[in-house]
Amino acid sequence: MQTPAPFEYERATSVEGAIASLERLGSDARIIAGGHSLLPMMKLRLANPEHLIDINDLHELSYIRDEGEEIAIGALTRHVELLDSALLAEWFPVFREAEQVIADPVVRNRGTMGGSLCQADAAEDLSAVAAAVKAKVVIRSTSGARTISMGEFHVGPYMTAVGEGELVTEVRIPKRPGGGSAHEKVERRAGDFAIAAVSAAVWIDGGTIADAGIGLSAVGPITIELTRAEELLRGRRPSEELFAQAGAIASEDCSPSADGRGPADYKRHLAGALTKRALRRATARALHQEA
Amino acid sequence: MDVTITINGEPVTRDVEPRLLLVHFIRETPGLTGTHWGCDTSNCGACVVLMDGKPLKSCTTLAVMCEGHEITTVEALEVDGELDPVQQGFHEKHALQCGFCTPGMLMTSRALLDENPDPSDLEIRTAISGQICRCTGYQNIVAAVRWAADHEASTKQEAGA
Ligand SMILES: Cc1cc2nc3c(=O)[nH]c(=O)nc-3n(C[C@H](O)[C@H](O)[C@H](O)COP(=O)(O)OP(=O)(O)OC[C@H]3O[C@@H](n4cnc5c(N)ncnc54)[C@H](O)[C@@H]3O)c2cc1C
Ligand code: FES
Ligand code: FES
Repeated sequence: MQTPAPFEYERATSVEGAIASLERLGSDARIIAGGHSLLPMMKLRLANPEHLIDINDLHELSYIRDEGEEIAIGALTRHVELLDSALLAEWFPVFREAEQVIADPVVRNRGTMGGSLCQADAAEDLSAVAAAVKAKVVIRSTSGARTISMGEFHVGPYMTAVGEGELVTEVRIPKRPGGGSAHEKVERRAGDFAIAAVSAAVWIDGGTIADAGIGLSAVGPITIELTRAEELLRGRRPSEELFAQAGAIASEDCSPSADGRGPADYKRHLAGALTKRALRRATARALHQEA
Repeated sequence: MDVTITINGEPVTRDVEPRLLLVHFIRETPGLTGTHWGCDTSNCGACVVLMDGKPLKSCTTLAVMCEGHEITTVEALEVDGELDPVQQGFHEKHALQCGFCTPGMLMTSRALLDENPDPSDLEIRTAISGQICRCTGYQNIVAAVRWAADHEASTKQEAGA
């Protein structure tokens, strides 16, 4: 029987209260959201927090809102809500595509946006999605709120820029015209973490790629933002050849390790093939040429 | 700490350690052992119960997180000796052999039909995709859920006619 080590539990009744508890308890405290990453780690004693602060009653952190220039997603928004959101499907179909293959429907009833990003597991899909769509993360503490990019957010394997006394409250995504996005994932079986996955977004203006975002999952110690390929794409006209070049960069710039999900060279191959496919489909969407 | 959880409509109170998992609370306190405990790693779905009507893996939830919520277990499906249509469907279509996965499968199927009374085979397969059956090979489980959906539709029609 797997049981977490003992800890104290409290249920937050407000965002301010959760932050005050985090500040008071310091490094001994952890937030629990869906618990679907944290509890498995605690059962294996890979995580041994002394205090858990449960934020599941903070309904004010559960929303997907159109705020004009940006779409705002509350940290406690569940996978199933991201999957079902018509607003996200319209602006960033990559969310729905990723959510269809993240874990299984029962896990998706619990796991959250904030928990997924904060877990900072390279194999996790939403971090790649957030990187591709150039999302920003809002982090709050008693001294106010700060907003950082995904690149600044993930600082290492299972490590984020969220410090002691800080709570992730929101993810914000800029709405820009001419966009298209797609997620590609290869997994061993339904509901499993990726062998490799790629999220891509492109923004097309007058026939050329104005901007692009590519995030790779499970092919390195952290989620990889494929900046070298993004630079290559900017200002170019979309073509199969260009996508193949971006795919080649993905294969070069990733650093997968061999494990039960496959050997490193296979994962490198996948990173390239999936980058190409994701870009192809994101572009078709941006150009409204989707079959 | 004291926790009160409503299980199948009955409030159950117990002094627990915060680390107690919901699956053990359910099996130990009201002694409802219909909820099975399998992989312990949120992969098999034997432990699925409903929380406020939605399927939940009870091995990956703390009992203390469920205070104030309604938990429904497989024991609530049968009412006054009458099996729920999903249970009847599993019986009719031979959707179990050892029965270990069955409580979880039944709860997910019940929640699916409550939300979507006429699911396609693909929707049924997707709904149970987080659950593992080592015996029946899933075909019969899908057929059983289909049977329950059809049965409920015809019962409704008769009631309306
Ligand atoms: C069987 C299974 C299969 C899965 N398959 C996939 C998959 O294919 N793809 C995938 O992407 N994911 C997968 N997951 C992970 C799942 O998506 C998790 O739900 C998610 O990673 C974590 O979300 P959570 O809300 O459960 O976080 P929790 O487990 O509650 O928390 C995770 C971490 O984030 C911290 N945290 C949570 N919220 C906040 C906040 N607001 N501010 C600061 N810190 C916070 C916690 O302290 C903890 O350290 C799977 C999980 C399971 C159990
Ligand atoms: S025992 Fe909970 S998913 Fe297997
Ligand atoms: S009937 Fe034996 S595991 Fe499903």
